[in-house]
Amino acid sequence: MSEPLLPPIGMLAELTHRCPLQCPYCSNPTELLKANRELDTQSWLDLFDQAADLGVLQVHLSGGEPTLRRDLEQMVAGLSARGVYTNLITAGVGIAEGRIRALAEAGLDHVQLSIQGARAATTERIGHYRGGHEKKLETARRVRVAGLPLTINAPIHRHNIEEVPEFIELALSLGAERLEIANVQYSGWALVNRDALMPDRASVERQIEVVAQAQERLRGIMNIDFVTPDYFATYPKPCMGGWARDAFMVAPDGTVLPCHAAHTIRTLTFERFGERSLADIWTNSPAFNAFRGTDWMQEPCRSCERREIDWGGCRCQAMAIAGDPAATDPACIKSPIHARMGMLVADAMAAAKAETAGNATAEPFVYRRITTVSEPAS
Amino acid sequence: MSTPRTRAIVSQDARPTLPHHIRIQFDPVRQAWAVLSPERVFWPNDVSLDILRLCDGRSTVAAITDRLAAEYDADAKDVAADVHDFLQEWTDKLLVKL
Ligand code: SF4
Ligand code: SF4
Repeated sequence: MSEPLLPPIGMLAELTHRCPLQCPYCSNPTELLKANRELDTQSWLDLFDQAADLGVLQVHLSGGEPTLRRDLEQMVAGLSARGVYTNLITAGVGIAEGRIRALAEAGLDHVQLSIQGARAATTERIGHYRGGHEKKLETARRVRVAGLPLTINAPIHRHNIEEVPEFIELALSLGAERLEIANVQYSGWALVNRDALMPDRASVERQIEVVAQAQERLRGIMNIDFVTPDYFATYPKPCMGGWARDAFMVAPDGTVLPCHAAHTIRTLTFERFGERSLADIWTNSPAFNAFRGTDWMQEPCRSCERREIDWGGCRCQAMAIAGDPAATDPACIKSPIHARMGMLVADAMAAAKAETAGNATAEPFVYRRITTVSEPAS
Repeated sequence: MSTPRTRAIVSQDARPTLPHHIRIQFDPVRQAWAVLSPERVFWPNDVSLDILRLCDGRSTVAAITDRLAAEYDADAKDVAADVHDFLQEWTDKLLVKL
């Protein structure tokens, strides 16, 4: 390693894979873990303590649906006692009355609520959950009443990209400080459903325009973060801020990973918390060290002036599309197979055409559920 | 707590404060002061830190400027411009309330 190893700042804790919703773009792995594989309360508390010792300042409590863990208040209280900033990432359905207030009292700092559509029918269709939209709006209200700041997360794909202007109005009306217009990242279930989710270029360009104008208009009123669509990009995103550079995630069974899709790189082995300490995994795990810094890079990344800006992009996307986790992210214009991104978009557009021509009653995508769908090989 | 639905503009008699969900905290691991916010951690320099610490909801921007000019033995005009720009930027990011 050329640079010194820094302590991690952020941790994403996927407390459970259980979720009442079935979003076809879910970033969870296609092989979902059942409840009996989840870490128990004490293990999570120990893990959070070790994370704080190691230098973690922010923990994102996610899932699945994290509020399905009845011990969530205990975890928030534990983190809060250590001064760690806690962010609850929730789908906002099935949360008992009084729970948000209890979490706020336990020390919760912020809530990020995902909404699948700006229109009720879209939310219900994408999440495959009747009445979901109203419940989410109610959760948003409870968050505000509890005095917590609110981010609305809007995952964007072909079936709701035209609703972006309405998402902006909705987030404003809910009193959100922040709105994430997050174009779906094609890993996990989204990769299975890529052909059914990919938007067309014209819609993407319209969306970029709408978001830029709203950012300008709403300066100082609501922050809008834009997660760009990789398949239409010129340069890749600095995935996770660089592999194992300042953040990591933990799966429900305690497996510690540099990002939520890292398990798709089958040549790597990931350690579980409990068998080894968090500090040991962060420092010594061969999987964490595999793509740290810039030493592992091949050309064109190796000599590129952007190598410490985007860190070569996403390793899992390189794996999924180039078949080599050490390749340049194909989202990059300098990648020798960058053109493949355009071909994959074209494939999806052909699928979209067939979809409108065919049976209109069947959904074009596979809903997320505990079953045996495997991620497509490249 | 309701979010302002118009942009807040820094003036000399505004009394800036940190919203409840923004925390200034000493990080013992890195031996540095951090500002924790919903999605990001900031590492402000000494001057920024001093401005943020004076955002107590009682002191006006003018008073904050005077205090800093005295402490840093600097020209009040230069300090005023810096304080104004810093506070407007942080207000626009919703990290400071007016
Ligand atoms: S993306 Fe949808 S299915 Fe996946 S965890 Fe979030 S709400 Fe549940
Ligand atoms: S070549 Fe590599 S480092 Fe350079 S911009 Fe592309 S992905 Fe980033």
